[in-house]
Amino acid sequence: MNANQAAESLLASNQQKELEDLPKDYPLSTSEDEGDKDEERKHQKLLESISSLNGKDRQKLADRSEASLKVSEFSVSSEGSGEKLVLSDLLEPVKTSSSLAAVKKQLNRVKSKKTVELPLHREEIERAGTPLEQEIFNLLHKNKQPVTDPLLTPVEKASLKAMSLEEVKMRRAELQRARALQSYYEARARREKRIKSKKYHRILKKGKAKQALKDFEKLQKVNPAAALEELEKLDKARMMERMSLKHQNSGKWAKSKAIMAKYDLEARQAMQEQLARNKELTQKVAASESEEEGEGQEEEEEPLVPDLVNEVQIKANGLNPWMFRNHFIDAKEAEVQKDLEDPAEPEAQETSESEEEKAVVEEETLLKEFEERRSLRQKSELNHMAEPVHRRVTKDPSSQEVLSDLRALCQKLSTENHQSGKQELSSARTAQREEPAREEEEPMLLQRPERARTLDELEELGREGCVENEELPRTAVEGLQLEKNLSNHIGAPKEKKRKEQMIDLQNLLTTKSPSVKSLAVPTTVQELEDEEERDQRQIIKEAFAGDDVIRDFLKEKREAVEASKPKDLDLTLPGWGEWGGIGLKPSAKKRRRFLIKAPEGPPRKDKNLPNVIINEKRNTHAAAHQVQVLPHPFTHHQQFERTIQTPGSTWNTQRAFQKLTMPKVVTKPGHIIKPIKAEDVGYRSSSRSDLSVIQRNPKRLSIRHKKHLENNCVD
Amino acid sequence: METVPEPGSNVPPKKDRLQTKKKKPRRYWEQETTGTAAGASPGPPRKRKRNRELRPQKPKKNDTSKKFRMSKKPRELKSPRPQRSLSGAQDPFAGPAPVSVEVVQKYCRIDKSKELPHPKTKTRSRLVVAEAQEEETSVRAARSELLLTEEPGFLEGEDGEDTAKIRQADIVEAVDIASAAKHFDLNLRQFGPYRLNYSRTGRHLAFGGRRGHVAALDWVTKKLTCEINVMEAVRDIRFLHSEALLAVAQNRWLHIYDNQGIELHCVRRCDRVTRLEFLPFHFLLATASETGFLTYLDVSVGKIVAALNARAGRLSVMTQNPYNAVIHLGHSNGTVSLWSPAMKEPLVKILCHRGGVRAVAVDSTGMHMATSGLDHQLKVFDLRGTFQPLSARTLPQGAGHLAFSQRGLLAAGMGDVVNIWAGQGKASPPSLEQPYLTHRLSGHVHGLQFCPYEDVLGVGHSGGITSMLVPGAAEPNFDGLESNPYRSRKQRQEWEVKALLEKVPAELICLDPRALAEVDVISLEQAKKERAERLGYDPDARTPFQPKPKQKGRSSTASLVKRKRKVMDQEHRDKIRQSLEQQLQKQEKAKPTGARPSALDRFVR
Repeated sequence: MNANQAAESLLASNQQKELEDLPKDYPLSTSEDEGDKDEERKHQKLLESISSLNGKDRQKLADRSEASLKVSEFSVSSEGSGEKLVLSDLLEPVKTSSSLAAVKKQLNRVKSKKTVELPLHREEIERAGTPLEQEIFNLLHKNKQPVTDPLLTPVEKASLKAMSLEEVKMRRAELQRARALQSYYEARARREKRIKSKKYHRILKKGKAKQALKDFEKLQKVNPAAALEELEKLDKARMMERMSLKHQNSGKWAKSKAIMAKYDLEARQAMQEQLARNKELTQKVAASESEEEGEGQEEEEEPLVPDLVNEVQIKANGLNPWMFRNHFIDAKEAEVQKDLEDPAEPEAQETSESEEEKAVVEEETLLKEFEERRSLRQKSELNHMAEPVHRRVTKDPSSQEVLSDLRALCQKLSTENHQSGKQELSSARTAQREEPAREEEEPMLLQRPERARTLDELEELGREGCVENEELPRTAVEGLQLEKNLSNHIGAPKEKKRKEQMIDLQNLLTTKSPSVKSLAVPTTVQELEDEEERDQRQIIKEAFAGDDVIRDFLKEKREAVEASKPKDLDLTLPGWGEWGGIGLKPSAKKRRRFLIKAPEGPPRKDKNLPNVIINEKRNTHAAAHQVQVLPHPFTHHQQFERTIQTPGSTWNTQRAFQKLTMPKVVTKPGHIIKPIKAEDVGYRSSSRSDLSVIQRNPKRLSIRHKKHLENNCVD
Repeated sequence: METVPEPGSNVPPKKDRLQTKKKKPRRYWEQETTGTAAGASPGPPRKRKRNRELRPQKPKKNDTSKKFRMSKKPRELKSPRPQRSLSGAQDPFAGPAPVSVEVVQKYCRIDKSKELPHPKTKTRSRLVVAEAQEEETSVRAARSELLLTEEPGFLEGEDGEDTAKIRQADIVEAVDIASAAKHFDLNLRQFGPYRLNYSRTGRHLAFGGRRGHVAALDWVTKKLTCEINVMEAVRDIRFLHSEALLAVAQNRWLHIYDNQGIELHCVRRCDRVTRLEFLPFHFLLATASETGFLTYLDVSVGKIVAALNARAGRLSVMTQNPYNAVIHLGHSNGTVSLWSPAMKEPLVKILCHRGGVRAVAVDSTGMHMATSGLDHQLKVFDLRGTFQPLSARTLPQGAGHLAFSQRGLLAAGMGDVVNIWAGQGKASPPSLEQPYLTHRLSGHVHGLQFCPYEDVLGVGHSGGITSMLVPGAAEPNFDGLESNPYRSRKQRQEWEVKALLEKVPAELICLDPRALAEVDVISLEQAKKERAERLGYDPDARTPFQPKPKQKGRSSTASLVKRKRKVMDQEHRDKIRQSLEQQLQKQEKAKPTGARPSALDRFVR
């Protein structure tokens, strides 16, 4: 940006000079009308330039204006109205509109307040302080332009009187030409600006930068003081940059580019460029200069923006850096050719020719020359390998730093997208690894850095604690490593727990149990003494060292536990509500949403028994023999269970069994069982009812009742 | 039938003046006869009498049970009026004999420590009845212990003398002739190491030599029933449910012979069998084969019930748990697996040894399991849920054979020596510190079994068969209906039929045999849920409180609401109280109980 800015400022100053020159060249010589128009135009232009300084009002410019000879005489058209445009009108604030009524009111309110006026006034004064403002005011005052009154200035009045017709005509013609030229340039500039080719712009920018540099050198030779000033400016820009950190990857644009970078080569390049710019801006100029001096003649052509960054980036994406390099250079050359042709096309179309055009051509030829030279140099590099290594090494730190920046960015991004981050990382790493390979001149060694890369990645993976990515190209060794990593990270607590259990089990099985001192020792053992016994034990131990019974058992138990766990129900439908296909997994969110977690069953019976696996499966065959329905009066199965604890003759003595199974009613065969009479069940209650009947209407007592009563009394 | 007249004899005489001599409860047929004699008119009073007679029966039952419970006190005080005998002399020990509470407790099967959910009145009465019944039956069982007249034998050294030093010859010298006759040696060096098996009654002995010699004999009388040579390697031999049938695991297949030595069956589906086990109540012959299969053969119907793949290579160690008929298999990876024919997978797997398991034995109560492994260790495991080793011992040479006696003695065959360890009582595990007895044989041990109901340990070895005397090994009293050593042929046949009728289905074999006395809760819940789904509501759910309608203006809406609110509040309070109690309990539990309270604690605030 530094160079660009410099170039722009230079250009601007030139233009201003031109503009300023014009009235000097023709002071008061033009006719009154024309002079007036001219000044108006100038003023308009100034205003425009002022507004364009803001940078936001660019849209105000007309969308399209072809370069043509037919140019309206007046830059500010007043068609339709037919009124004469008055400067005071232009200077006045925006026309009041109904939509602005509210704003107006507010403004009025603000105006009515006295306190607000003062700073405003001061602002005005300050505005006059800036060079442009000063110019404006100078202009206004020079011409003695009445600001408030729409009357002619004294100069106008004088010129109205002074000019002859011929002079006026000449002046007019000249002015017309100048205006046409200006509009043409404007149009051209606009068109150029609207060219979408980034390459073109890049080259243009570079060219400008080079131009600026050249100018600067020239200036150094001609006017060292001015050059020093310029240098200071650059330094200041650098400082500003350092303070603002504008070109760090923190901006909106940079972030968006960073996201795009993985898909888009250009975006990546842009990002690289920006980083490089930042790097460069934050670097001290003097140091770079000394470096350049140290480098010698070659470094003269080095642009401020190192191309290497781009080169590296491109190479990083390629498969074979050796192959790619040539290819890239070729491509670049072709590009340059194209670029050379590109501006030529509008040239052909153009009718008029000017010095500026020539300058452009010159610039482009220069650019071309430079490129050619550069390509030549690179070719020579290819031929002599030893030389470029030296040069490249000097370059490397910066590029590597850039890469480190990039890596940092990628890590930041990796939270969003692991994969892209990894890719970037890998590319960055390959780029880093290329250097030694190049030194050794062994293209076949490419495999080694790649493997190293993946291993590094694995480390990175471990650090980030992210899950295994299946898309990574893996060798068997890596796979192993990965497994280890995973087990280390994920299964750490489990492992610990298991270890505890293991210790317990070890204790259980290896506790030294006291040996039996028996009177009668088996004949084969009898001869053995204690030491020999110990030897034998040793032998046994050795014999069983191979087959780790405990580990096998634990493994088996783990499997059993896993198998007995209730399984979660996964109801995700792949491709439902999102894209589906081979290699596409439903999103984690979706899986979480549709995963029905099985309720955790009761704790296993062998939870605390390390040496036991108890089968938790239900014996359905036996369950078929169990009671499955609670009989009536019982509300809880435990109550019923209590009543069936002493079943059958197996658990009871013969007598007890007989008594338990004795029927409630014993009948004798061969005897008639008479049906139950009401009197059998409760004749007392019946008698009572009789009594009640009596009490109610004693007169209506039947004979039967009386008899009954008598009977009762007898009882 | 016995009790009904007995208590009746105590009470009714007070009230029944007319019929003092007849104490039996009146039956309808008796009433009929008397009724016909006396006429129809005095029916009601007679019935009343009967009612009175019958009514006190219930309390009577309870009375008797109470008597049983407080049986420690002398009975004379209790009986209101001692029964008079014909001679007029009083019975000094009237009423039933006293029973000790401990013995009764032994036969109690209801675990009263378990809290029951609060029952309704109807349910409660049922529960009360069930408990009373249980108590009565347990008392009866305790009383029947009187019939166990025999006492177990024992061996005691003179003060400080180690019983292990006592040799068989000494024992034989000391015991009576009948017992001494039980010690014998069979010198059968020709047909290799012998496996042996006693029949369930303990009367018969079958043995099979490696080189094909198979013989069965009544070992008490030494009467040989059969002796054959099967001309094939004999791996194992086992009596089936009676001494009339004999299963022999031969080199190729499983053969079944009768007591005449006639081959009845050749079971080709059980091939290369290494070990045999017979489950007497299920009529199952379990065979463990070299191919790694555990096969259950139902000998009553001749069907293979289940063939389970143990997936652990060659099976050569097998034993049964007599308590629950679970088969224990020992494996070469140091584990012992427990099997039931109802399950395809082992019920339990226990890691017992670092080396392979050489022998497994389970005691008759099903509480302890002894294992010995290639690591020369002998361990006793607790089988009541925890499966943890209770004691372990390293032997100079690992035990190749193990056997438990009926009273919990553990015999281990190590090389040519047999060691026997004894515990404190019947249900206690054998203490492995001091051997109870040791004996050296003329050859290496190949088979071990304690004889049921005899203090004898049969040892099959390479030199033949040895019958050792082990005092206190066996159960002194036998159940004549279950396994009667002295039964006749007819009795045996009778028993066979009964046993077959009472055959337990194979699928009922599980770790806890009392599980059958439990409700299948899972299917119960399932049925409940299904019912609720079918009906659309849960019929067992508690209905919300609905205040009863009242009269005289007390059923106004306000009062209804008030009453409702009252009940709700009460419930709420109860809930809170409960939760508070729980919290308190938790806090009490959480309190550290380690440090003793200091005197200065009172100043701590």
